[in-house]
Amino acid sequence: MSQSVYVGIDLGASRTKVAVLDAAKNVIGRAVHNSGTDYGQTAELCLKEALSMAGVGMDAIAAGIATGYGRSNVTFANATKTEIACHGKGCFHYFPHAISIIDIGGQDNKIIKLSDAGLRTEFKMNRKCAAGTGAFLEEMSLRLNIPLEAMNDNAKKSTDMVKLGSYCTVFSGTEVLENIRHGKKVADIVKGLFFSVIKRVLEMDSLTENVVMTGGVVAHNPYLVDMAEEIIGRKIEVPPYPQFSGAIGAALFAINQ
Amino acid sequence: MAEEKKVVRKVIQTSKDMGRFMKDYYYELNEAATTGNRKIAWCTSVGPTELLRAMGFLVYFPETHGAMLGSTRTATDMIPAANALGYSPEICSYLTADVGAYLNKFTPLSKAYPGIETVPKPDVLVFNTNQCRDVQDWFAYYAREYNVPVIGVYTNRSVGDVTETIVDDVAKQIEGLVKPLEEISGNRFDMDKFKEVVGLSRRCSDRWKEVLETNAAKPAPMTFFDSSTLMGPAVVGRGTQVAVDLYDQLLAELKDKAAKREAAVEDEKFRIYWDGMPVWGRLSAHSKLFAGLKANVLSSTYCSSWIFTALDADDPFRSMARAYTELFIVRSDDYKETYIKDKLDFFDIDGIIYHDARTCPNNSNCRYGMVKRVEKLSGIPSLTIDGDLCDMRCVSDEQTKTKVEAFIEQLDELKG
Repeated sequence: MSQSVYVGIDLGASRTKVAVLDAAKNVIGRAVHNSGTDYGQTAELCLKEALSMAGVGMDAIAAGIATGYGRSNVTFANATKTEIACHGKGCFHYFPHAISIIDIGGQDNKIIKLSDAGLRTEFKMNRKCAAGTGAFLEEMSLRLNIPLEAMNDNAKKSTDMVKLGSYCTVFSGTEVLENIRHGKKVADIVKGLFFSVIKRVLEMDSLTENVVMTGGVVAHNPYLVDMAEEIIGRKIEVPPYPQFSGAIGAALFAINQ
Repeated sequence: MAEEKKVVRKVIQTSKDMGRFMKDYYYELNEAATTGNRKIAWCTSVGPTELLRAMGFLVYFPETHGAMLGSTRTATDMIPAANALGYSPEICSYLTADVGAYLNKFTPLSKAYPGIETVPKPDVLVFNTNQCRDVQDWFAYYAREYNVPVIGVYTNRSVGDVTETIVDDVAKQIEGLVKPLEEISGNRFDMDKFKEVVGLSRRCSDRWKEVLETNAAKPAPMTFFDSSTLMGPAVVGRGTQVAVDLYDQLLAELKDKAAKREAAVEDEKFRIYWDGMPVWGRLSAHSKLFAGLKANVLSSTYCSSWIFTALDADDPFRSMARAYTELFIVRSDDYKETYIKDKLDFFDIDGIIYHDARTCPNNSNCRYGMVKRVEKLSGIPSLTIDGDLCDMRCVSDEQTKTKVEAFIEQLDELKG
């Protein structure tokens, strides 16, 4: 029989992530797919790929925890935890001191504050609004007719960032159209959109001294971290596999079970 | 798959009698409206109802209709009609739901009480702006529609100390209502009757206060979701003996439950304070959500809003002025913070939920920095959920569920 592994499944609104950890808390397998419309099937697909990467079979799973919006749809998890708990756990694993975590996901943003002991002292989630989320950038990439994955490089190329004033996705869309009409460069508009995302997130709550950024949007758009550092005026840490922080946290909870 | 545990809600026997009281109340109003045997006054929920009752009016409260539209989840279908008329989706959804229902010729009363086809037509509309300006606009709409007089009391807001100057002003305004009400009702003002009604209202208020305070027991015998409906007679029936009797009965039942340690939430582990309006369309769902997490939302600012300790039958005008100005919603943030801190201590609360109701800024106390101030003052963690009293377009169930579950996880961690 192969070594025992611990599985974390983060079934998010946009993407499903699975992390496989060994007993020493090393990430030995991971997989991500669009969550799609069949959450159970997507979770199983991710699990299969992550286990394959880890070089183990289903029988090696000692425990599994599900998190994310679709956590109740995961059939092979022993229990569920909220994504707030899992992101906290996943980040504290890499940065074991008092931290403020900024998580930018496809559907929502979170600011989670942890104490030196890793206990959550408070958290905030965005209001029922797409402003500042991955969904906002996806919508805007369609408006700009550029692939989502090209947004980061575009933002980095900007020399004259466009300022976008609105925090409403619809109004921002109108502002983007107005800037296109005025001949502004796509790169400058994209940087303006990134700046808008960061501003929306930072206005959710105050931050403590040490800041960590996670989430799929951060993983695919690392320039957001540079911009956030510039705004808050200090270094921001990013854990390995930032898109998997919630899944890793879930797997860590599975180890503790 | 993690199965969601089924939650059985504990029955409060007196609620059945309260249901009968509400039924009789609406049928009496309906009869008066259809036969013309009694004059009907519409009144805001914390308006000068004692005076209206003393002058012989049957009193109808449109806010209870708003709450019914919310709890039957029909409000969201009604609101767009009011929006189309120019009443913004950002203003009070009691107002927009109620006006929308009027425009759609709909009332949930018809289903609840067969034979009632419409809300009872008013002979006069009487407001008090102590809770918000929206009530004035709401009543002004119906004054135009029904071509009936609208009169009211304008109360200071964000009041720190309830000074004699403020009390004098409001008392004079209430006294000023007497003459037009005499003309509309055809009845002469009777001071003895007025004193009697104020006395009964005070007794109702005292009983209601005691009812709410039974939740200081561990485990608590009732939830906020129960008291949000059990307060019906305190809203519509204060100033009557039958309301006093009902709360005597409820109080006895709850004291008995507390003595027997009968918990409203099985294995109560977390004691939660709720600030702001209920989400009427999710009353049952929220009740189950918290109970499933062994959390009892057991105290609230909302249900305490029908406690009028200042009412005094020997000084009816001035005591009404004071009672209706002393209310939480009328007061400054400094007062509110101390008030909440006292409640947290009295009920031994573990965590606070602030409901940021999209269309009710005056009942959403999380918008001017109070959350962090109360947290600093009390050391008790809090959570803000976005929602609304009636407009379900402003409610995200999944987000609420995740936030509440995460908050209870946090409290659990803190408890160790």
